[in-house]
Amino acid sequence: MKTGEKRYWLDDPANVTRLYQGLWVIGILLVLCDLLLHKHEDFMFAGWFSFYGFFGFVACVVLVVSAKGLRRLLMRSEDYYER
Amino acid sequence: MSGDFPVPLLLILGAVLVPLLRGRARAALTLLLPLAAFVLVLGLQHGSYWQVEFLGAQLVLMRIDKLSLLFSYVFLLAVFLAAIYALHEDSPAQQTATLVYAGSALGAVFAGDLLTLFVFLEIAAVSSVILIWARHSSTSFGAGMRYLAVQLAAGMLLLAGIAVRVAAGEGVMFDHIGLESPGGWLILLGLGIKCAFPLLHNWLQDAYPEATATGTVVLSAFTTKIGIYALARGFAGEDMLIYVGTAMAAFPIFYAVIENDLRRVLAYSMNNQLGFMVVGVGIGSEMALNGAVAHAFADILFKGLLFMSMGAVLMRAGTVKGSELGGLYKSMPWTTGFCIVGAASISAFPLFSGFVTKSMIMSAAAGEGYLFVWLVLLFASAGVFHHAGIKIPYFAFFAHDSGIRCREAPTSMLIAMGAAAALCIGIGCAPSLFYRLLPFSVDYAPYTPTHILDQVQLLVFSALAFAVLMRTGIYPPELKSVNLDSDWTYRRLLPALASTVRCGYGYVSTAVAPALQSLRAAAGAVSSLYQPRGIFARTWSTGGTALWMMVLLLVYLIEYLL
Repeated sequence: MKTGEKRYWLDDPANVTRLYQGLWVIGILLVLCDLLLHKHEDFMFAGWFSFYGFFGFVACVVLVVSAKGLRRLLMRSEDYYER
Repeated sequence: MSGDFPVPLLLILGAVLVPLLRGRARAALTLLLPLAAFVLVLGLQHGSYWQVEFLGAQLVLMRIDKLSLLFSYVFLLAVFLAAIYALHEDSPAQQTATLVYAGSALGAVFAGDLLTLFVFLEIAAVSSVILIWARHSSTSFGAGMRYLAVQLAAGMLLLAGIAVRVAAGEGVMFDHIGLESPGGWLILLGLGIKCAFPLLHNWLQDAYPEATATGTVVLSAFTTKIGIYALARGFAGEDMLIYVGTAMAAFPIFYAVIENDLRRVLAYSMNNQLGFMVVGVGIGSEMALNGAVAHAFADILFKGLLFMSMGAVLMRAGTVKGSELGGLYKSMPWTTGFCIVGAASISAFPLFSGFVTKSMIMSAAAGEGYLFVWLVLLFASAGVFHHAGIKIPYFAFFAHDSGIRCREAPTSMLIAMGAAAALCIGIGCAPSLFYRLLPFSVDYAPYTPTHILDQVQLLVFSALAFAVLMRTGIYPPELKSVNLDSDWTYRRLLPALASTVRCGYGYVSTAVAPALQSLRAAAGAVSSLYQPRGIFARTWSTGGTALWMMVLLLVYLIEYLL
């Protein structure tokens, strides 16, 4: 960033951390909502406490870690097809 | 308004005028043609029109029902938005190609018979490749050639399927086709290429990101969605499609996570969304089919919007590589906002279009008891939020500041993006209005407390996973790279095999050269006996022949007496 340029709210790492913490607060509140709401699900296990939150988190971690592993197999230099 | 106006021809013939006009008149024409077509389509009455006899087959050029009308509305919306998006450009070739492509897409969904469908698909293939070549680079030329080859191959399969069906006395009408006869399989294979089935998919990721900024927006709307439309009409309820679609929804998201070109990421996520639609068609219940075509409608708008935002980035920043971008929200705040609306829609956030369309497919899968399919689709839903919902806006507009400072997108682009964003939110907020357009009556309420909470939990925790992986440094960085996919077979494996065969032939021919030479000498010797004036080709005198006969008889007599 050039000096003298306008500083944006997100330029401050402390604000990014605040955003991150805010997301955790929202996540925890959503999980707590599970206690209050009587859910109607097609599959029984989908009604387990915070099934969707847990599934979403684990699914994304598995996705990213395995995709990262796939890079070893699939990744080539940018000019691979031009050579 | 008469109920049988051939609307597709309006766009295709109107396109001919585009190169003849200049400046504002041309821009006005590209806007007016889709508008006029839309007015005409609104006046169409259900039924079959323009029935003509051709080579003994009865063709139906215009079949109007709820299914074909739904696709015609969204196709016209897409071409209208694309025309607004491209207003700042002066590219008659692209503008003409866009109108012809859109017209043929309309022709394909209105086709009441398979031959008409085939003809319009071919026109669509040939006109759309112009949008790739218009980038004027050697890469785009190669990608365009491969695209064209694949599209025409799909057309050949379709035509072969039609021929087999005609020979079997099944006719050319385009109703439920099914997989009972070999013709059905050939047609499914042809349409499978158009829909980007697994292993037949890679033309999409290869070609779309190589087109121009506007070109990719236009391309994303039509070909694959004609494929979905044709599947819904011809192959609804074929079990196999459920599993094909499930695989389609799952595997591209792994590629999307590690892909660096953000328009290619979108092409992979498009493949993933098409998977949801194919599952819907495969389940084949009224709700699943409604979900499939509703999601196709929504996808054209939100994927178009996402491609528009990336097109704006390409135009202003000169690249859409994740490794080179970042911090663009400072320069392009409006584009950032519209991109986030598109991202929220594809991720199926409540109040955005994906939430009210994709959930019908999920709900149908659960209702029919497809547990495994449902779990994979849920995984794919989390994954699509991860790579399209977060990755696209994050790496383009936020992440680390790349230092790129550019102007905001041109007003025409912003208006088109704004309109697409408004439609995405409109469908998400007022689903009942949208549901009325669907082919079957809808008995589904997307906004139940359970569904909202489930979906928001899924998305927020997917976002948390992204944030945690990012902050811990586990998330793979964007790297300049290409990833091998099935196009490797025809870009590397087959050429390598061909050159091996050529080398092998050269080697063998030098090795056997001496043997060949002696063989040739032997052949020469034999032919010298038989050639004209050769010993066996001479005409003999009668006396000589009589003498030889006498000798033979004498030998025979002696042998008999002995």
